[in-house]
Amino acid sequence: MSITAAVRPRVSMRIWFAILIFAAFALLPVVSALTDDPFLLLIGTRIVAYAIAAMALDLILGYGAMVSFGHAAYLGFGAYAVAILSRFGVTDLSLHILGAVTLSAIFAAITGAISLRTRGVYFIMITLAFGQMAYFFFISLSSFGGDDGTPLQARSTLFGSQALESDLTLFYTALALLIVLFALATRIVGSRFGRVLIGTRENSVRMEAIGLAPFRYQLTAFVISGCMTSVAGVLLANQAEFVSPAFMSWHRSGELIVMVVLGGIGNLTGAIGGAVVALLLEDWLAMLTEHWRLVFGVFLILMVLYSPHGITGALERLRGVRK
Amino acid sequence: MTNLFILQLLNGVQLGILLFLIAAGLTLVFGIMDVINLAHGVLYMIGAYLIATFAALTGSFWLGLLLMLPAAVAVGYVVERVVIRPLYSRSHLDQVLATFGLVMIVNEGVKILWGTSPLSVPMPDILSGSIPLIGPLQYPVYRLAIIASGLAVAAGLYVVVNHTRVGMLLRAGATNREMVSALGVDIGKLFSTVFALGAVLACFAGAIVAPILSVDTGMGESVLILTFVVVVIGGIGSIRGAFLGAILVALVDTLGRTFGPILLRAVMDPAAAGQTGRTLAPMLVYILMAAILFARPAGLFGRRTT
Repeated sequence: MSITAAVRPRVSMRIWFAILIFAAFALLPVVSALTDDPFLLLIGTRIVAYAIAAMALDLILGYGAMVSFGHAAYLGFGAYAVAILSRFGVTDLSLHILGAVTLSAIFAAITGAISLRTRGVYFIMITLAFGQMAYFFFISLSSFGGDDGTPLQARSTLFGSQALESDLTLFYTALALLIVLFALATRIVGSRFGRVLIGTRENSVRMEAIGLAPFRYQLTAFVISGCMTSVAGVLLANQAEFVSPAFMSWHRSGELIVMVVLGGIGNLTGAIGGAVVALLLEDWLAMLTEHWRLVFGVFLILMVLYSPHGITGALERLRGVRK
Repeated sequence: MTNLFILQLLNGVQLGILLFLIAAGLTLVFGIMDVINLAHGVLYMIGAYLIATFAALTGSFWLGLLLMLPAAVAVGYVVERVVIRPLYSRSHLDQVLATFGLVMIVNEGVKILWGTSPLSVPMPDILSGSIPLIGPLQYPVYRLAIIASGLAVAAGLYVVVNHTRVGMLLRAGATNREMVSALGVDIGKLFSTVFALGAVLACFAGAIVAPILSVDTGMGESVLILTFVVVVIGGIGSIRGAFLGAILVALVDTLGRTFGPILLRAVMDPAAAGQTGRTLAPMLVYILMAAILFARPAGLFGRRTT
């Protein structure tokens, strides 16, 4: 009883935080109109897309202790699903998402089944290698620009209409997807499935001892996470109106992990916050100096050494909550 | 066709030797210190930049190489002290993040110090030119020298690891770290030694390959991932595994790129074979890795992970 009593208020607190973030996002177009800065909408869409990806990664990294270093591959699958399907005359957003999710599910099921045979450092390196494999596949795809990528003819259509050509509609579509997927992820984490997943994170031998096969749960979570990430890829391709293998370089996978850890792992709201903070920090540093990566690297090392639980950890320390 | 095969075989072995030099350090750092170091590829790049600078300063490749080695030790020592040491007791995730930060710092630092345009290192006169192999077949002396020096280092490493006291500690550390420290070995000193050794090997690889490559900021990246594949295939902590894995990966990669399209042409039309071959060739090493892991999750010579 005492455990649930201690956990409950914090969980709902997080959901309130998430609602606060969504509300702030929803007001962004107003800010954009007031400051007469249409570019804000595009930045906003990019941040929302990465928030989806970070949340998806947190689902396995935070709740399942699976450090996937190849998650940028799924961003690429989403992006290329838009480019490839559009080339063949399939333009609807829902079909693009369907294509991206199908491709990601297959790739995640195969590579996940192999990667999950291993643990720890091996898992990190193998997911990284599989991510690179996908990266090289798209680099050699010369009909889609190879290394350089290819611009999109047009954005996805929304149920036959050209509505997404407006940055405003694209932004709200992305935000709607984020909210739906957040609700879904919250449900997953709170379900029996989620509890088993958290159990395998804490002690997979014990889960096995009570008669549950961790592998099945972990693989399912891995596939769900990959599919969710690919939705972010679909949005990113539409935002940039351009796809290239750069979406799936291993640096991008690293940045996704940074977002999750920055927010505090095992915390869906935190992952969203982490994506917002990481991208704003990047953009801000890039404005100050062309060598922003140097500063960002130093920031990363300091964060790891001095604030291991990310923003959430810092906030909770301020509020005096002890883990 | 035979000539092409021999040529590519030698190229493959040469790449394999380089990969081994990098992977040996990486696998020891993984195996003994249980630290995942993404910045290992960056050390290879630093080796190349250091020899470019020293060779230009002294006007001699050999003096440059001689100066590069102590500098590499210093780099390894500083990196271990400042970034790696606080990470020993941390999770793999923290290690990934911090060394990822280090990669960003060093890549950007190199751009600031040396600029973004690629550097070149002159080949030493004594090793330039080609020698005849069989019939009309010529092969560059320098590439043979890379193979020879790599094999020499591998042999030296074999002797050190299997027949010296330090090597004994290395092997013991890779098998059971806690037990070694419980027996009163200064584990901190052992870790510093291992890291510095790995750094020197990676820098050495970068330095000897510098004359046949352009030295630029991206050079560490592609090598890093291939090295990961090597370490995973060979089994973490195993030098022997790193050697076999490196040669295997390099041969599959080199021969696959050349002969993949040729073999495919036998079963499909040339245009399609060319496209399929170009698509499949870079993926071959990863497919190889997947196949090996499917059969042996801990790699060829790895301990079983729990």
